[in-house]
Amino acid sequence: MSDASDTPGVPEPPPEPEAPEAEPGSRIGIDSWVAEADQRRARGRGPLGLAAWGWESAPDSTKLLAFVAIAASLPFWLLKSEGDLFNFGLFTLIFVGLGLGLQVVVGLAGLLDLGYVAFYGIGAYAYALLSSGYYGHHWPAEATLPIAMGAAVIPAAILGFAARRLLGDYLAIVTLFFAQAFLVFTNVTNPTLFGKGITGGANGIPNLDPLTFFGYKLTSTKQLYFFTLGTVVVVAAAIYLANQSRIGRAWRASREDPLAAEVMSIPVNRLKILAFIFGSAVAGLLGAIYAAVSTAAVSTNFNIGVLIILYAIVILGGFGSIAGVFVGAIVINVSFEFLEPQTDYPSFKRWLFYGLIIFVIARLKPWYRAAVILAGTVGFGFAVHAVVAAMAGHAWTTGKPISGAGWLTHWVVIPRLNHGNFDNFLYIGLVLAVMLVASLKGWWRTIALAPTLYLTALVWENVLVTSPGVTALILFGVMLIVLMAIRPQGLLGTSRVEIV
Amino acid sequence: MAEPARKALLELKDLSMSFGGLKVIDGLDLTVNGREVVSVIGPNGAGKTTLFNLITGIYRPDAGEILLEGGSLVGLPPYKITQRGVARTFQTLRLFLNMSVIENVMASQYGRTKVDIVRAMLRTPGMRREEREIRRFAEEKLSFFGQRLMGYRWNQPAYSLSYANRRRLEIARAMATDPKILLLDEPAAGMNPVETHEITELIGQLRDEGGFTILLIEHDMHVVEGISDRVIALDHGVKISEGSFEQVATDPRVVEAYLGTKATVTK
Repeated sequence: MSDASDTPGVPEPPPEPEAPEAEPGSRIGIDSWVAEADQRRARGRGPLGLAAWGWESAPDSTKLLAFVAIAASLPFWLLKSEGDLFNFGLFTLIFVGLGLGLQVVVGLAGLLDLGYVAFYGIGAYAYALLSSGYYGHHWPAEATLPIAMGAAVIPAAILGFAARRLLGDYLAIVTLFFAQAFLVFTNVTNPTLFGKGITGGANGIPNLDPLTFFGYKLTSTKQLYFFTLGTVVVVAAAIYLANQSRIGRAWRASREDPLAAEVMSIPVNRLKILAFIFGSAVAGLLGAIYAAVSTAAVSTNFNIGVLIILYAIVILGGFGSIAGVFVGAIVINVSFEFLEPQTDYPSFKRWLFYGLIIFVIARLKPWYRAAVILAGTVGFGFAVHAVVAAMAGHAWTTGKPISGAGWLTHWVVIPRLNHGNFDNFLYIGLVLAVMLVASLKGWWRTIALAPTLYLTALVWENVLVTSPGVTALILFGVMLIVLMAIRPQGLLGTSRVEIV
Repeated sequence: MAEPARKALLELKDLSMSFGGLKVIDGLDLTVNGREVVSVIGPNGAGKTTLFNLITGIYRPDAGEILLEGGSLVGLPPYKITQRGVARTFQTLRLFLNMSVIENVMASQYGRTKVDIVRAMLRTPGMRREEREIRRFAEEKLSFFGQRLMGYRWNQPAYSLSYANRRRLEIARAMATDPKILLLDEPAAGMNPVETHEITELIGQLRDEGGFTILLIEHDMHVVEGISDRVIALDHGVKISEGSFEQVATDPRVVEAYLGTKATVTK
């Protein structure tokens, strides 16, 4: 400060502001305490806040270990049957693995890669060609899994190199084209090699060998589940460690600002290709595992629908969050299984459905509003049931709910015979009711909520229990929209700032 | 203070660059010697930021030569130019906003470190050693700014910083590439008088204690006057004056460039 007098025009700086006198031991008022105030406020109170605090303060290795411990115990209590373990356990793990690979490309390196499913498919076909009776090769998995990864990496390297200067939408177009070309190649082109179509056309390649490591066959669902669990944990740890190194920082820097990253000594194009290859290798590995698990490689399993699910996993979990991929995959796979026609796991799904509604109502404040809604919904149901029975006759109210739940018969209106238009009116009514609720405020909203919830239950019992996949997808879309409106950064993502 | 080395570090020879028909840099000769602070001034649109973009390889010059310690930089990609020893800050701040403060300064050390992705995933002893070194170097660069970027701020996202702190972080990030010459594009823009004074002192420290050579674009004449060993005035891509601050500030051509003269104002 001494040279301030030598440079006229530069005002003498005032003395540094003194830190406010705080009581010994108190951090209140200290600079860092103020800076972290938003975080504390966002964390919330109560058991949920405590859980959030525990999650945030736990080291990452502990989180992974906790996941492994819970996942490894699942086959022994929650997912005891083979079918449950296959649908809920094994497929969730495969989605976790695929989501992790996509997270590297999209979340860390910031590349909009729509060709990701093609590399997944290439891995599956590589396994199918080398471990099945199709060409008579029965290679062991310790050879085919690395080959499947290599088979995915080579086209990824070529595509990545060709598209290295492309960003954003342009990269998305090129990679989407690649995914579509892959589908056409496997499904239609199917060139003949050694007297057979190399990809088996629309039928794909059936009857694949089980995963065989050094003569040891993984045949039961439980064995496959634990093998996939191990693979996913290794992949997650590898991505985590890469992300914590100079490579991961360079990926994120080029995602944030490619030009600034380049000027800060980071070869952005080379790192983009590296991320692309890394993600594709993971996709190829998971493709081979998926082929072995489902004992077939069929091109429809690698179409744009799968890509959308994978993107939903990454978006729902949070861009750039590795733990988020786990949460996203679990939420999405379980809800997809849940939204399948209700003939599978009927009572479980029904309890989950009503449980979710009651949980949402119970979170409303103040408590008496929640009580009014709950009582109103129940009362409204009985009233409507009685009115319909009196006005329209018993044929309209004496239908049986699908798969038991006799306790519902006096509450929901289920016609004995199937009236196609009745379902459609319910649907339209529900949409109108939701729009009405959304446009109302205060107690009017509370009053309108009861009939809306009752309509939801009617739709559930009359339509969704037997619905094909379309309804499931609509509901799924609604769920995603609601979630992204409440929490745009994804479940475990950190809120991102683009321009400040 | 050590005797400054009066050897040319950065030389621009007959540099030209045009966008379409507009000559933005026109036959510019410029030399920056080692451990010298050179300021580039000039009215808006004079070509100052274009000059920085040319040196750092974002644009390629139409003609002329850019030499760093005698070696040509023309045609190299920006990351290689930075690895040779040229680092810059941006007039419009371009931090990695969603990364933490210390990660910003660690990320820019990519070019001076070696560990590949396989060793990173295996956490080899060499990787751990390099990672510790990256962190130590980053902390050293951040500590240059006193308490401004210390302690709890290291783990906060860069977007949470104030405007002045973002400018400081940009300088720290550029310093962490371990450059021979620092190009600072308006480091005092948007700062209050106290902060401006502070940044002026800091640039002096960068030269005297950090041993950096600095090429500076600045509009705030207090800053330019306070620290420049030499001042260069640009107008329409042409060097119109060069010398000490007093010489340049009183040069009639500079006054004309900033204010215009009666002869050029026509009705």
